[in-house]
Amino acid sequence: MSTTFVLNGKSTTLDADPAMPLLWAVREVAGLTGTKFGCGMAQCGACTVHLDGKAIRSCVTPLSVVAGRQVTTIEGLDGKPAKAVQTAWVALQVPQCGYCQSGQIMSATALLESNSAPSDADIDSAMSGNICRCGTYNRIRAAIHAAAHSMKA
Amino acid sequence: MNTHSLAPPPSSRRGFLKSAGGAASLALTIGFEWTVTTRRALAAGPMPAVPGTTFAPNAFLRIGADDSVTVIAKHVEMGQGSYTGIATVVAEELDADWALVRVESAPADVKLYANLVFGMQGTGGSSAMANSWNQLRDAGAKARSMLLAAAAKEWQVPVSELTVEKGIVYHAGKKRQATFGALVKTARALPVPDTVTLKDPKDFKLIGHTAPRVDAAAKSDGTAEFTLDFALPGMLVALLQRPPLFGASVKSFDPTAAAAIPGVVKVVEVPAGVAVVAKSFWAAKLGRDALKIEWDETKAEKRSSAAILDEYRRLADQPAVSARADGDAAQAIKNASKKVSASYAFPYLAHAPMEPLDAVVKLTGGSCEIWAGDQFQTLDQANAAHTAGLEPQQVSIHTLYAGGSFGRRANTRSDYIVEAVSIAKAFGADGTPIKLQWTREDDIHGGLYRPMFFHKLEAGLDEKGKLTGWRQVIVGQSIMAGTSFAGMIKDGIDPTSVEGAANLAYAIPNVKVELATTTTGVPILWWRVVGSSHTAFAVESFIDEAAHAAGADPYTFRRDMLAHEPRMLAVLDLAAEKAGWNTPLPPGKGRGIAVAEAFKTLVAQVAEVSVAKDGRIKVDRVVCAVDCGTPINPDIITAQMEGGIGFGLGAVLYSEITLKDGRVEQDNFNSYRVLRMNEMPKVEVHIVPSTAPPTGVGEPGVAPVGPAVANAIFAATGKRIHVLPFSKSGLA
Repeated sequence: MSTTFVLNGKSTTLDADPAMPLLWAVREVAGLTGTKFGCGMAQCGACTVHLDGKAIRSCVTPLSVVAGRQVTTIEGLDGKPAKAVQTAWVALQVPQCGYCQSGQIMSATALLESNSAPSDADIDSAMSGNICRCGTYNRIRAAIHAAAHSMKA
Repeated sequence: MNTHSLAPPPSSRRGFLKSAGGAASLALTIGFEWTVTTRRALAAGPMPAVPGTTFAPNAFLRIGADDSVTVIAKHVEMGQGSYTGIATVVAEELDADWALVRVESAPADVKLYANLVFGMQGTGGSSAMANSWNQLRDAGAKARSMLLAAAAKEWQVPVSELTVEKGIVYHAGKKRQATFGALVKTARALPVPDTVTLKDPKDFKLIGHTAPRVDAAAKSDGTAEFTLDFALPGMLVALLQRPPLFGASVKSFDPTAAAAIPGVVKVVEVPAGVAVVAKSFWAAKLGRDALKIEWDETKAEKRSSAAILDEYRRLADQPAVSARADGDAAQAIKNASKKVSASYAFPYLAHAPMEPLDAVVKLTGGSCEIWAGDQFQTLDQANAAHTAGLEPQQVSIHTLYAGGSFGRRANTRSDYIVEAVSIAKAFGADGTPIKLQWTREDDIHGGLYRPMFFHKLEAGLDEKGKLTGWRQVIVGQSIMAGTSFAGMIKDGIDPTSVEGAANLAYAIPNVKVELATTTTGVPILWWRVVGSSHTAFAVESFIDEAAHAAGADPYTFRRDMLAHEPRMLAVLDLAAEKAGWNTPLPPGKGRGIAVAEAFKTLVAQVAEVSVAKDGRIKVDRVVCAVDCGTPINPDIITAQMEGGIGFGLGAVLYSEITLKDGRVEQDNFNSYRVLRMNEMPKVEVHIVPSTAPPTGVGEPGVAPVGPAVANAIFAATGKRIHVLPFSKSGLA
């Protein structure tokens, strides 16, 4: 069976089990490996992608759900908030092992796309579903604030 | 071979060399004639007999005609910043341009790349910088010396008239300059000097000055390659069904339903269980879910962790093996005017790195190639060879970025590597690349936990409130017993069981530390900061209890017993000063202090907590002071302290692995709780300036956070924590 959707701005048809989680369809069928597997049950956020602009956990989203919709992965991130986030991530030296950071960046970008000046509470609310075992949380918070600040310029 | 760079190599700095036939043939390799071409050849099979590969001690850098400086890292990059630290030291002595420095992982080779602390190639014990500091400085300085000699030869000037800055050699008088790349051809023909003068630390330009991480950009755009992302043409994915109890084995299985899942290629039995090999993760997962397996549980560990802990509590009252005996602790405590006693119980803990364990294996009858976030390369190489029926030199290991480890991949049993090789062997050893992928449930259920420990302490104080006697009994499994590290067990003492306790720094005249080593069927392993993950909590909580019994301030009580330990005293003082130890806190808040030495790095932390109306605590702030010798990269040191605090805090607040009749009760991050963003305190890190040789920072930051927070909770609530995690007491 095949599923057609817009992946990073391009119409894409993937021939895969429609029950296959989007995570594995994107990684193994579409070949985009920036999105990571961390838990398989929407507990850690490593697999976060955008579905119609909203952050979702691709590990529990069946491929069939995205038919006809817009999916963005870290490879397709674009626009002012995304650039501000990725620039801040490097400037503040956020990553350690780096494995969770695609998911963190996807969640942070979705936050800034809907809220250009998030408070610490907004950040807690948007980011607490993304686990980082290296403990980069304070730098993530600082980078989101820095990205928000840079977007005003 | 991963190559990681801050910036693409320059293409225009020296346009005239563009036609030079590729950088590889012009590579200058210090003391080690190993070109890119041979490295690629190696990747395709066993090591060929390349002349010059065996005599040279330093194989740590390569300079290309394109001016690129490739530093070869013998340590895995798992988040701790080893690639950046290693490159910083080499680039410093070389006077390289940091923007042109790249890092490549070293192949498994114990002669060239052994950890000088362990004698095998591996990363652990926070030793990456400590063991290689002199080795890397020497490698960089010798390369610089040869590049200077090359310029002197080309320009017919004395070396003493040359200067080097950011990868360019200058002669002011002749107004000549040349990039490193331009000097490669001449330099490589020169002899490697026997000795070389290292820089005066006051001239350091990179060390101590925070070079940006070599991996930050690739880890911010999804391009960093982990084992999860590594693929070869025709690669299959395997998931392994392991027994539900530790020590159980396959009695029989029915592969019919699994084999019928579209995409499943083969179902194979291996010593560790039954593997489903498929064309995709999803097919392998569905196939594994469909397996029907009957297990033989006759030899399995069927006890509950609570029952094991009860046994530990009984053992703590029995005679044990002495790990330290100063004076007569029992007599001193008996004669004391005041006595204190307490016990502390620590659960099994999973490492739970964000990247579940995985490895790619390509096995044939005569070779085995492995790609993994490998942490113990030469041990894994030997174990893989044994499993495959090959010689170690027939096994090559490509170390990729590891998505965290915290000790899990520093694997004395090479469990995930051996599983992957055994699956490839059972599949037919036909050269089909196979990726073994663990799921999160596999990881949480999979053992090799931080061991459960029980500590019993008693102490005596004199009439002035001074500690006169200290006795600590430690009960738990040995990490080293039965492994290739067993030789480090001396007189019945596994040093990793007692570190942080047997070396108690406080000046107490009578000290006794004893160890009762247990055996259970639960496989265990080192976990970030190893012994100090429990000993620091027991010691620093109990010192606090003793201070309280003495009516003393917990900071000055410690300080008065550390006059002979100036570095420990200095971090304690610095943390207290920066935290404003003597400034009052509002009601409902508390402050606690703790200090620890781990892997020769000293860390003190002051934690501040608030108590909510429901009695739950929130950790507001942790102030951390660290002395790790020469600070190579202050920002990475800061990041490791921040991360260590987050990692350690999550564990003491929430994490535990429990067994019910032998079955692990946790499955995933829903039941094995770790720290999340909203639970992370503010962290301030202060680094003690030092010119002493560098020590590690990956682990030591974990040690004091638990007791600092527990002591802060006591200050705020009057409640002591004796059983971990804190959530068991309704406090977290």
